[in-house]
Amino acid sequence: MIHSLFIINSQGDVFLEKHWRSIISRSVCDYYLEAQRANGNDINPVIATPHHYLISIQRGGVSYVAVCMEEIPPLFVIEFLHRIVDTFQDYFSDCTESIIKENYVVVYELLDEMLDNGFPLATESNILKELIKPPNILRTIANTVTGKTNVSDILPTGQLSNIPWRRSGVKYTNNEAYFDVIEEVDAIIDKSGATVFAEIQGYIDCCIKLSGMPDLTLSFINPRLFDDVSFHPCVRYKRWEAEKLLSFIPPDGNFRLISYHIGSQSVVAIPIYVRHNLSIKTGEQARLDLTVGPKQTLGRTVEGVKLEVLMPKCILNCVLTANQGKYNFDPVSKILHWDVGRIDVTKLPNIRGSVSIASGSNTAEINPSINVHFTISQLAVSGLKVNRLDMYGEKYKPFKGVKYITKAGRFQIRM
Amino acid sequence: MQLTQLLEAFFHADFKKHDDLKEMLDSNKDSLKLEAMKRIIGMVAKGRDASMLFPAVVKNVVSKNIEVKKLVYVYLERYAEEQQDLALLSISTFQRALKEPNQLIRAGALRVLSSIRVKMIAPIVMLAIGDASSDMSPYVRKTAAHAIPKLYSLEPELKSDLVTIIQKLLADKTVLVIGSAVMAFTEVCPERVDLIHQVYRQLCALLVDVDEWGQVTIVNMLTRYARSQFADPNIHEHQNSGKEFYDSESDNSEKPTASLDPDHRLLLRSTRPLLQSRNAAVVMAVAQLYHHAAPKTESPLTAKALVRLLRSHVEVQSVVLNAITSISAKNKTMFEPYLKSFFVRTSDPTNIKLLKLDILTNLTTDSNVSIILRELQTYISNSDKYFVAATIQAIGRCACSISDVTDSCLNGLVSLLSNRDEAVVAESVVVIKRLLQTQAADPKEIITHMARLLDSITVAQARAAILWLLGEHSQKVPRIAPDILRKMAKTFSDESDIVKMQVMNLAVKLYITNPEQTSLLCQYIFNLARYDQNYDIRDKARLFKQFIPGQDGKIKSQAARVFLANKPAPLLQSHFRDNEDLQLGSLSHYIKQRANGYEPLPPFPEQPPSGDVRNVETLPTEENKSYKKSSQKGREQFMWESEPSTPDHSSSSGSSNESSSEESSESEEEDSSEEGSTEEEEEEEFGKKNSSSEESESSYEESSTENEETVIKKINHHNSTKSKEVAVVNAEPANNKSNLDLLLDFCDTNNEAPGGFFTPTTPVEAPLTIQTVQPVFINTKPVELLNRLNGRGLAATFRFTRSPHLYSPSMANINIMFINSTNEDINDIRLGRKNLAVGMSIHDFACIPKLPPNCSLPATLGIDFNDTTQPANFEIVSSIGNFNVCIKPKIGELLRPVKMSTSLFIEKQGKLRGMNEHTTTLPHCPDNVIERINETTNLGPCDNSESEYFRFSGQTMTSSSMTLVTVYKGEKSTLTVNCENTIFGSVMLNELLNTLSS
Repeated sequence: MIHSLFIINSQGDVFLEKHWRSIISRSVCDYYLEAQRANGNDINPVIATPHHYLISIQRGGVSYVAVCMEEIPPLFVIEFLHRIVDTFQDYFSDCTESIIKENYVVVYELLDEMLDNGFPLATESNILKELIKPPNILRTIANTVTGKTNVSDILPTGQLSNIPWRRSGVKYTNNEAYFDVIEEVDAIIDKSGATVFAEIQGYIDCCIKLSGMPDLTLSFINPRLFDDVSFHPCVRYKRWEAEKLLSFIPPDGNFRLISYHIGSQSVVAIPIYVRHNLSIKTGEQARLDLTVGPKQTLGRTVEGVKLEVLMPKCILNCVLTANQGKYNFDPVSKILHWDVGRIDVTKLPNIRGSVSIASGSNTAEINPSINVHFTISQLAVSGLKVNRLDMYGEKYKPFKGVKYITKAGRFQIRM
Repeated sequence: MQLTQLLEAFFHADFKKHDDLKEMLDSNKDSLKLEAMKRIIGMVAKGRDASMLFPAVVKNVVSKNIEVKKLVYVYLERYAEEQQDLALLSISTFQRALKEPNQLIRAGALRVLSSIRVKMIAPIVMLAIGDASSDMSPYVRKTAAHAIPKLYSLEPELKSDLVTIIQKLLADKTVLVIGSAVMAFTEVCPERVDLIHQVYRQLCALLVDVDEWGQVTIVNMLTRYARSQFADPNIHEHQNSGKEFYDSESDNSEKPTASLDPDHRLLLRSTRPLLQSRNAAVVMAVAQLYHHAAPKTESPLTAKALVRLLRSHVEVQSVVLNAITSISAKNKTMFEPYLKSFFVRTSDPTNIKLLKLDILTNLTTDSNVSIILRELQTYISNSDKYFVAATIQAIGRCACSISDVTDSCLNGLVSLLSNRDEAVVAESVVVIKRLLQTQAADPKEIITHMARLLDSITVAQARAAILWLLGEHSQKVPRIAPDILRKMAKTFSDESDIVKMQVMNLAVKLYITNPEQTSLLCQYIFNLARYDQNYDIRDKARLFKQFIPGQDGKIKSQAARVFLANKPAPLLQSHFRDNEDLQLGSLSHYIKQRANGYEPLPPFPEQPPSGDVRNVETLPTEENKSYKKSSQKGREQFMWESEPSTPDHSSSSGSSNESSSEESSESEEEDSSEEGSTEEEEEEEFGKKNSSSEESESSYEESSTENEETVIKKINHHNSTKSKEVAVVNAEPANNKSNLDLLLDFCDTNNEAPGGFFTPTTPVEAPLTIQTVQPVFINTKPVELLNRLNGRGLAATFRFTRSPHLYSPSMANINIMFINSTNEDINDIRLGRKNLAVGMSIHDFACIPKLPPNCSLPATLGIDFNDTTQPANFEIVSSIGNFNVCIKPKIGELLRPVKMSTSLFIEKQGKLRGMNEHTTTLPHCPDNVIERINETTNLGPCDNSESEYFRFSGQTMTSSSMTLVTVYKGEKSTLTVNCENTIFGSVMLNELLNTLSS
């Protein structure tokens, strides 16, 4: 079980500690910091020290180090730490060092509720929000005036057992249910432009503001597409098995209903291509030329295109001109960022110029890779379509909306 | 004195700051207290010592302000251990809070009380846990389960008592509780497998609805259980794998199933949906269960889910890949379809890249080797040197395992020798050396090529490898080898140790095969080596001297046998081979060593213990008891057994669990109908579930009273020691006068003297409030709603589940079961037009889109009858027509059971006289009054300790009017109903009179 948690900032200072069992000195973090010094951010998530096991995650420049004394499934701890960060994000809309410091009382109370004796107690955000009210600007002002905290005055007496993810007595004047179908294309494209590997990772993120206890049913036109799915606990698995539709009593607010995976077996449309050329002229100079263009986009425009070229260590600098968007080169991390924006089919975005290489380096090994980001709105690249949403259990008529977005996930082009 | 002054000056700022905090805490204003507490918590969070504020903080534990209170709790948990005496002052507050009506306060109090690590309060905590474990609120029971390991670590002597409570909590049917109960079980008494037998099937059935963290704990525990209780599912395979080959066509799917214990099958089936969990830890837990305890043919089911996790956070990827590496080393085919998911991206962290490489090489087969090699080739030009080196090794492993590609791999590796990067060349040399050893192919050209490289390569490892190769194959390159030796002799003193060793080896080998050319060189080298700085080299030189010219000795004649013997080829394998025996997904597996507290999985028993222990049976002595208690249940049990697949089977199974788990048990039922073989066992299971819980409860009651006695004795003992301590505190008031004053104040406000802290407030007194309780009896006999004939083949039955409807508490929850007896699908079954009396309302059930022929599906309807027995008329619409139906409730179903103490009951009764009271005499009073009343009415029993009076209480559904029923059993038996709603009361009286006199 989790004995203690230390939260460490990017400078290596422990700025928050919480113990659930006996107190463990913060000096145990030295092992972690040492590993961090040795490997940068590429740290093994589990570090075994003579007496403790440190299981850690990094998010947003902050490290969360859990200390365990005994055998425990490492994923259990890792998932839990991520859940903590997710909860913080849910409460404070972001989770950085300064935000944690600002809200240390709420943070501390949350940690106290989420774990009891090192074992998770309440992790559903809806229960937590009943116990500890999330801060918002109005309440923060009110609190500073009246000197209150965010602990709710009246403890909820409602049923905690029946539907743990939904609080009772929800009321909205506008009853709305929005579904965002987000698909991310993961791909590896090789030098010649051929697809080595491509698959789609999709999510349906919901924002549901409905009164009472609605029972929703979401069906798809083509549910056969899914290779693999994982659900929010609210989804009734048996109905999915039998009828391939999602039947659930939703949590209140934002949550991820389902993640799905459309595997490498099916053909995945690649909506973008990058023509690249890096020619080495002399030992210390090279010419770089990149052109981005749309491929199978089904008539939609590709927006928010960003290229991240990971240059090898021997590249010193880049002097380029782009016909669209801005670029910058970070000589420390050796990453060339090019923020392209929208792709105009009539005039394809292009960037070219010279690259200087450290003398004496091995030119055969200059093979950068490009991480591509893009979004296409109103398109789910897999062709997934929501058929209908039905609501049972409540009388009002909700406002429903579905939005489709395709994004680049881990989209990598090898040069 | 001076020193103290100095110190004081040194810490002055700090002291001052704390003084002002103390002042704030002592003030009367909640806002100031709160501000102070916030700052103190800030100190705690930052890891600063705030212990000196303990006395000032602890007295605020009585604060009325919940916000202050909560922060004080947090503070107490942190510092109570350090300030034990002062912490004891807060105990009575918690004891009082344990009796609060609000479940969250009770739970919170228990949580903090058990977190205070003060050994002296162990008996109190023990009592509190005992009480809480039979609390009405599942949330409190969950907290009780959490408190058990805490108390155990504080006072291991209480183990036997705690185990009894664990046993009771394990039998709990609420999903909220059992996850924590299993956690307590694994923490306190994992060796007591016997506790699991009885609840095994229930755990499997409820698993889907347990929270994620509980699922992980339960699945891990059940893996262990499966390994110790079931026969090895693969034993069949080991024994007659040849036979299976022929059988595979005829009954491929059934064969492994047939040998599997039905309980084992149940476990695998009920964990399978968990693979769809969003929580990686759950997926991993199931994967390891399938890996360790499932038939080989079924473990591939988990592959897809594991691959899905690779999209998750980096840390998750690392752990999952680690597990996949182990699985893929054993079972290639499982992950072969997902080969491409393991392709490396430049952006991956190094440890992930290495793991992926290992998996790729594990997955190599004849058919995919070309894809993998092409992929590996692209990695070689990566800028991460460590990764490149690993890639070259991976190529070597591929070449070894697939003989077809060995030559092309070797060529590829040789071409790498001209790479400009020295590390790449060095690694290639080492790998080529190993490959050549395993291969019989003619290495002449490669060796010549490599010998040429010796001039340019500076990496010692590679140089040594080349020299060794030359020595081994010196006959194949008779002209080159001596020349190389000459060159090496020149540079000998500048070489690193490992190279020097190999030079000596080479020298001796050449001397044996070609003494004319090399004897002088050889002598020269050994002379140099003799005076080397390194003692290893000097030693080796001394040893080898026996073989070189100018020396005589018997051993010389054996030189060829010593040096030119055939050497066995090294085995090229990944680093992940050696941890196969560690449990997959465990911490130990990840760090490749046994972690603290790691228990290896037990091997499957040769002769599995009998599965009868899991048949939930009643002991003969107690059978009578439970039979008497619920003769009705007994009868039904019989009924289920006699008619196996009627629709009411599923509804009865649903009601035996909590309503929240209804879905899971239904699903199970569906499964069981699919697989006829296991059906009967489950039938039995459901039948016996009821009686089992009854039995365990009653047995617990006996033991708990015993516990209580012993605990009280202990407390008395502690009590006396404690009063002594308080006396000590009183004896030295001068030191911390202000604090003591506060303490005394505090004591006064509590009006419980310190000596009395440990007298437990008598727990037998039932709460003074009215509490809603679970129904005592649930009717499982369905009533016909729509006849098959009237419904053109669609039949429907209904029953009152006596559980609150989700939509509104004023609605009665009605379970409708639709049965399709036509030959076609009936689609779109839903509610149509309703014809209701004024004030009544219906909450529609979810539309049933499709009901296949000869199937039945349940639906849950909520009807608010407005406290009348007027029938609810409505229409059922379906694809085969619309049917008017009507539900007329019995008056007894319109109630919600409540529990209260006898005194409160009498008090309430006193307020409901006159018009509100209805009395009648009972001509004949039956013996089983309680059972009869519970059957017909949903009332909660009150304390029925008096033998003549039986009291029951409830509230009407809609208006929550109090309804009290009293049966006096004596010479002239009477029945009294007191109800706020007079009409309701009189109807009720008639109904009860009918029941009791029939």
